[in-house]
Order: sequence, then C-alpha cells, then structure tokens
Amino acid sequence: MTVLHSAPKFASNEGVLDTLSAALGSMLVSGKEEHGEVVLTIARGEIENALKLLRDEHEYQALMEMAGVDYPSRPERFDVVYMLLSYTKNHRLLVKVNAAENTPVPTVTTLWPNAGWLEREVFDMYGVIFAGNPDLRRILTDYGFEGHPFRKDFPLTGYQELRYSEEDKRVVYEPVKLAQDLRQFDFMSPWEGAEYVLPGDEKAEGDKV
Amino acid sequence: MSMQLEQSPTTTGEVVDNYTINFGPQHPAAHGVLRMVMELDGEVIERIDPHVGLLHRGTEKLIEHKTYLQALPYFDRLDYCSPLGMEHSYVLAVEKLLNVEVPLRAQYLRVLFAELTRICNHMLNIGSHVMDVGAMTPNLWLFEIREDCLNFFERASGARMHSAWFRPGGVHQDVPLKLLADMAEWLDTRLPTLFEDAMSLVVDNRIFKQRNVDIALVSKEDAIAWGFSGPMIRAAGIPWDIRKQQPYDVYDRMDFEIPVGTNSDCYDRMMVRVEEVRQSAKIMKQCLAEMPEGPICSDDRKVSPPKRAEMKSSMESLIHHFKLYTEGFHVPAGEVYVATESPKGEFGVYLVSDGSNKPYRCKIRPTAFSHLQAMDFMSKGHMLPDATAILGAIDVVFGECDR
Repeated sequence: MTVLHSAPKFASNEGVLDTLSAALGSMLVSGKEEHGEVVLTIARGEIENALKLLRDEHEYQALMEMAGVDYPSRPERFDVVYMLLSYTKNHRLLVKVNAAENTPVPTVTTLWPNAGWLEREVFDMYGVIFAGNPDLRRILTDYGFEGHPFRKDFPLTGYQELRYSEEDKRVVYEPVKLAQDLRQFDFMSPWEGAEYVLPGDEKAEGDKV
Repeated sequence: MSMQLEQSPTTTGEVVDNYTINFGPQHPAAHGVLRMVMELDGEVIERIDPHVGLLHRGTEKLIEHKTYLQALPYFDRLDYCSPLGMEHSYVLAVEKLLNVEVPLRAQYLRVLFAELTRICNHMLNIGSHVMDVGAMTPNLWLFEIREDCLNFFERASGARMHSAWFRPGGVHQDVPLKLLADMAEWLDTRLPTLFEDAMSLVVDNRIFKQRNVDIALVSKEDAIAWGFSGPMIRAAGIPWDIRKQQPYDVYDRMDFEIPVGTNSDCYDRMMVRVEEVRQSAKIMKQCLAEMPEGPICSDDRKVSPPKRAEMKSSMESLIHHFKLYTEGFHVPAGEVYVATESPKGEFGVYLVSDGSNKPYRCKIRPTAFSHLQAMDFMSKGHMLPDATAILGAIDVVFGECDR
C-alpha cells in the first residue's frame, strides 16, 4: 500500500519483524505489521526477558509509553502495550501482552525506572496487576476511589459525584444523579442488520393475516 | 572535674527527625494542581513523592464515546498552553489509520501554526520559570508576545486558545492573506525585539544563573532510561528531535537547527527553549515564503466535508456533509502510535480502531509523566527552593499530565 499520509516517518520496517521473531523465538506469540507499525505479542511470563533482549541486543533503548486496552469479550480481557523507541535505529515498536484481572504481569521497573508510573496508571485504570512493582498505588483517580474507570463495563458517568455542602461545610460524595439520561447515539443503520427490535418489526415477522 | 555544662534542649542527644511538608496542590510555583509530599532534612530535599491526577477528567474515556471529529477538541484542553501541538498528534494518528493524503498547503499551514504554538508555549514557560526564581519583568514582557500569538490563533480559527483548527485531512479553514502578511511582519519586527529584550534581562543575569546552573543534573543515560523527551533530553546533550529524526508534514523541507545543552542542568533546559524560539521563527518564515496555493483539506469526501457553496447545488455534497456531521467517518480497524514533537516533548497518541466511527481506545502519552516522575531523583540533595526551579524547567501543564 502506498503511503499517502504525512505522519512521522521513522526507519523502514523492512525485515524488522523477521529479525525480531527469530531473536525472540518461543517468547513470541504472534507478530504483525499493519498500518506501518510492527506489533509483537509476547507470552505474559516472558515480557521482562523479551523487553530486556530488545533493549540490550536490539537497541530499543527507551520505553516511551505503556497503554492498557480492554476487550471484555476475550477470556484474557486486557492488552498491555509497551511503546519502545530506538534512538540509534530511529525506529518504534509496539510490544503487547495479554492479561486478565487475576493474572499478574511481571514488572519492567527493573529495566526502566519510568515504568513505575506507567504501570501504576494501567493498574489504576484497568486493574491489571504488575508483579514486582514496588509502589503499585493508584495514580490518577481520587484518593479512596474504587473500581477501574477505563474498563469498558465502567459507566462513563461513574458512580459517585461530589459537591460542596453548605450544611456540612465540606465536600460530600453522593451517588450520581443524572437530570436526563446519558444520550448514546446509535448510528447502525437498520438496513445494515441492526440487532435491536424497533417498534413495528413484529409486523414483518408475524403471520400475514 | 565536676564542671556542669549548661545544657540546651538540643544537646541532650535527641535525634532531630526529617520532616514532611506538602508542596501544593495550590501553590503558585506548582504550575497547576500538583501535590508533592516532600521529606526534608532541614532545607535539603531527601525524597519527593509527587501526587498527580488532581485534574484527571477521564479524557481518554470521553474520547471513546465520541466520533473521531468530536474527539478533536478534547486535545486542545490537554496542554492548554500549546493546543495545536496536541491536535497535531491526533490528526496525524487518524490520518495514518485512514492513509489519507493531506494537501501541501494544509501541511504548510499546520507546520506554521505548530511552530507559532511552540513560541506561544515557550513564552509562558520561560516567563513563569523566570518568575519562579524571582524575576517579575521578563514574564510581563514575554506575555506581550504571547498575546500576539493568541491574536493570530484567533484570526485563523476564531478561538484564542482552544482552536480546534487542525482536522483529519487538513485544516478547518484557510487563513486570510492579510494574516500571513501580518505574521511575516511580526516575525521580522516585534518578535525579535520583544524577545531579545526580555532575554537580555535573563540569560546572563547573576541571580538567575545562581538559581539554575548545576541544578538537577541528569546524565545522558538517565535521560534515556527515564524516557525524557523534548527540551529535557536535548538539554542532556542528545540531539533528539522528532521534527528532524522522524519528520512529519513538511518538516523535512525545513531548514532548522536543534539546540542541545552541554551541562544538562535547569539553565540548559531554559536556554534550549530560548534557542528553539529563534529556530521556530526561522521555520515560520520558511513556511510563509514557500507556502503554495491550493486546497487546505483533503478532497476525500468520506473524510473531510464539502464546501458550503457545493452543498447548495449538489445533492451528493449535502449527503456527505450530513453523514460526516452525524455519523462521522469510519476508520479502518488497526492500531497506531503516532508521536510528534510538541513544545514540551514527545506527545504521543496510541489509537486503536475497531472499524467503527468512534475510537476504540485512545491512549495519550503526556510529556510530563516521565519528567515529573524523575522529580524525586532530580531533586535529591537539592535545597527546597530549587524544587521550583526544577519544576519550572520541566515545563509541566496538568491538563496534559492528568488528562
């Protein structure tokens, strides 16, 4: 596919997938190259070793970012994505592991000190546990917050709201009360096989009198 | 030898403990709502535990519930000191998934305004950094430049700060010719005069140097290990600039230099920014000189809306317009991580699409996260007042850090 967009151009992906697949061997679950990004999925238990290998042998010196993604339909519902950057090769790499709520991911704070906060954030937002992280506290949510807000089954409006109470002279927490329902627009066209039932649908299905 | 020493209360072998103080969340030098729990030994910092997230608004979750176009204005509100820098990463990420071509004029306009944003951001940062360490005047003078920048944003987009002007496929509207002419004149006259005037008060100032030189030294190895970016990594002597190394839009046509520091202290970080302002002005001049005529948005009608005039006569244009502003466009399934050089450093967007009209996941890489995390090791052994200098040189904005 010809590249038409003008997004940042880093070094060519050519051969990267093959080289790294060979180097990672059995640690690699799958690898793909799509939209100009090389994405490697690593076995969960091996992530620390795999990233160490990539850092020390393949010049991916920096961990720029970590992201969690939630796919509730999968048995291991979370993806943890590590964005690596090589300054010397001028190349970027996405490395993934899958995890569930009760399967800890080995920490990479041993490799990069900045992984500490990044792991805290994924833990806070998704509830993925990082085994070995010495300081796995919540980071972005409120003190005393419960739940993991970026999970797909966590409502956008949340459960608690807070306001300043004139009677109590302090900020009080209350369950969320919405003056009107949160509007979610559905753009799925009924012509394209929407699965919900619209009033009148039964006429099409029912016995013709 | 029964000499009775007069005993003061502190000579009886009592141990004076370290004590803990709260810096922020409402502190003028915290640049927003940062709470730092500091453990001090006298006036020397032993440990800092920054508490972030007081401005967390769940932007990433909100974006998952909006169409790609509706999600764009959230980016202005991340780093509200450099709104167009934030939009740039996002539109490039969407374009990378769509693989849509952006007309040349739009690329030039984006680079032009991204650099204006950089100047605007650095005016605020240099000014407030200088004010944090005790000088008042330069800040006021620099704000005059910032005011000019905001006026230019207003003339291009209608909004002074939250422009929402970049769009997947180009920019929202073309700029008037007079604006480009005024910008060129401003770059030649007002900007250099005001900026160099203000800098003449600061760069060789004895007090400013006493407060900044040799504060928070970071080695090259540490800068890489902590994931530094932007002026923070360049001050450490690593010439890493995404505009140069991984050019996007028309940066590969621009001729500019990357300033690097030699000593990797707070003074270097500030001086890197000072030079970046001059280089940004240079890039802007090139943009103005080379900018071609032509369309300012992709002509792919599945991505960018038709002109108002077309809609008056063409049914198809009307349908496209209606579909784009109700349902929005669908983006092919996949995932990309796109990072650009925002004024504060590497600002990245990790975008996951499931093929629908809304992002499945949009992770934002804030520049401040890794820098602020390094606060603890950068401040160790320094005095309490140095913490404000270090914080000022990091250039944090909490809209972006907490998202």
